[in-house]
Amino acid sequence: MDHFPTSWGRPRNEAYDAFNTYPLHQRPNHSKDVFADGVQRTQQPIVTGTSVLALTYKDGIMMAADNLASYGSLARFKSIQRLHAVGNSTVLGASGDMSDYQYIQTLLDELVIDEFTANDKHDLGPAEIHEYLSRVLYSRRSKMNPLWNSLLVGGKKNGKRFLAYVDLLGTTYSASTIATGYGAHIAIPLLRKAIEGRENTLTEAEARSILTEAMRVLFYRDARSLDKFQIATVNDEGVSISETITLETAWGFAEGIRGYGAQTQ
Amino acid sequence: MISLQAHTLLMVESSRQGLLSLEIENSGTAIGLRVKDGIVLAVEKLIHSKLLIPEANRRIQSVDKHIGMATAGYQADGRILANRARDEALSYRSSNRAPPPLQDVVMRLSLYVQAYTLYSSVRPFGCSTIIGSLDSSGPALYIVEPSGIAYGYHGAAVGKGRQLAKTELEKLKLSELSTREAVIEAARIIYLVHDDNKEKEFELEMSWIGDETDGIHLPVPKDLLEEAEQKAKDALENFE
Repeated sequence: MDHFPTSWGRPRNEAYDAFNTYPLHQRPNHSKDVFADGVQRTQQPIVTGTSVLALTYKDGIMMAADNLASYGSLARFKSIQRLHAVGNSTVLGASGDMSDYQYIQTLLDELVIDEFTANDKHDLGPAEIHEYLSRVLYSRRSKMNPLWNSLLVGGKKNGKRFLAYVDLLGTTYSASTIATGYGAHIAIPLLRKAIEGRENTLTEAEARSILTEAMRVLFYRDARSLDKFQIATVNDEGVSISETITLETAWGFAEGIRGYGAQTQ
Repeated sequence: MISLQAHTLLMVESSRQGLLSLEIENSGTAIGLRVKDGIVLAVEKLIHSKLLIPEANRRIQSVDKHIGMATAGYQADGRILANRARDEALSYRSSNRAPPPLQDVVMRLSLYVQAYTLYSSVRPFGCSTIIGSLDSSGPALYIVEPSGIAYGYHGAAVGKGRQLAKTELEKLKLSELSTREAVIEAARIIYLVHDDNKEKEFELEMSWIGDETDGIHLPVPKDLLEEAEQKAKDALENFE
């Protein structure tokens, strides 16, 4: 608090004296105005999850995400579930800030309960959940306080498959196979090659092996990834999220590379 | 009838309360059973007009995934109470990140109901509420009365036929029944307390929370409801 009455209700410019209250007393010299920086909002994600992959196949959609939440480059939490069932026909996969993701989970759980208690024989499908999330994320970015996530929403309702993306800006798009984060660079070419044109013939087993292969490639190339991941499936039977799957990897080739691991010379 | 009630509601507190309780006593019976692995709620919904759509104006409502309630008395008041209970359940969820135990919801709800007995500017709630849930600590069942009193029960009955229903509930070994068996018994009791000669048509409304519903409050499935109704009718013939 500035206790000098001549400082009250004035511009913060020391040199300007609009009220001509000359002679001025010595005004306290604030080196920094505490309000000058304004309110601080999320500037960067802190604890993060890496890529989420998803594809459509014959009976529905499938999604995969590993179990890691990183703190910067530190592999901080190694058994985090990044796939979340919303209602009976939708699954949500999140990359980006994990605390924002947990907040989104509580938002959605409240939404689903609200719809459930209405008891009107209607429930939210993947399209509605995706639309809701896109409105939430866009409104938050417009408040300059984004929820720092890239989300995939997938599901199947009334025989219709749905798969779409929404990110921290509220940007949305839909495709037969989508990936977030590093996966958008590394896995998308693999997934598109395997899926496009075959959405209606691909079996569950094939879809699963395609996703596993893409997750393996990502584990080799993405330094923020983990070899433990889960697969979520949505088909006519509803949502099921698998137990943690551990990737089998071979690092024998590394032995011959100089500057990689323990070298004797 | 309605305007007469509305008029007399403006009279002094005691007669006002009397009228409200009369409304509850004349309303279709609602019962609740707390059994081994769950809760069953059943309501005798009197149909005052043939023009009404079947299954409209439900008297059993969901408060949360695992909490259901049935009311007897003014339906409009029952809906207000359900909305309040939902808000309380949601508020518990957002502060604790966990599903609310029924006792907490009932305590908050009864406090709300009691507040409406304190002021001359508002009338008390014209409905008795049976509220039940199933969670990790097992099944729970309460009645919240217009006075704000709330007690826990093994078997609960409110509305017109509550005396007979209570007698029937006392005959059951509630803690040994499964929810499926309790559905049959609940239907039987509702059919038993319904007075065919005096009353209008009625619709049996039932919901349950149990292992079979994964701890979620759901309407009893159609086939089971029909089976229960058939058995209730058979039992009634043998009874008479």
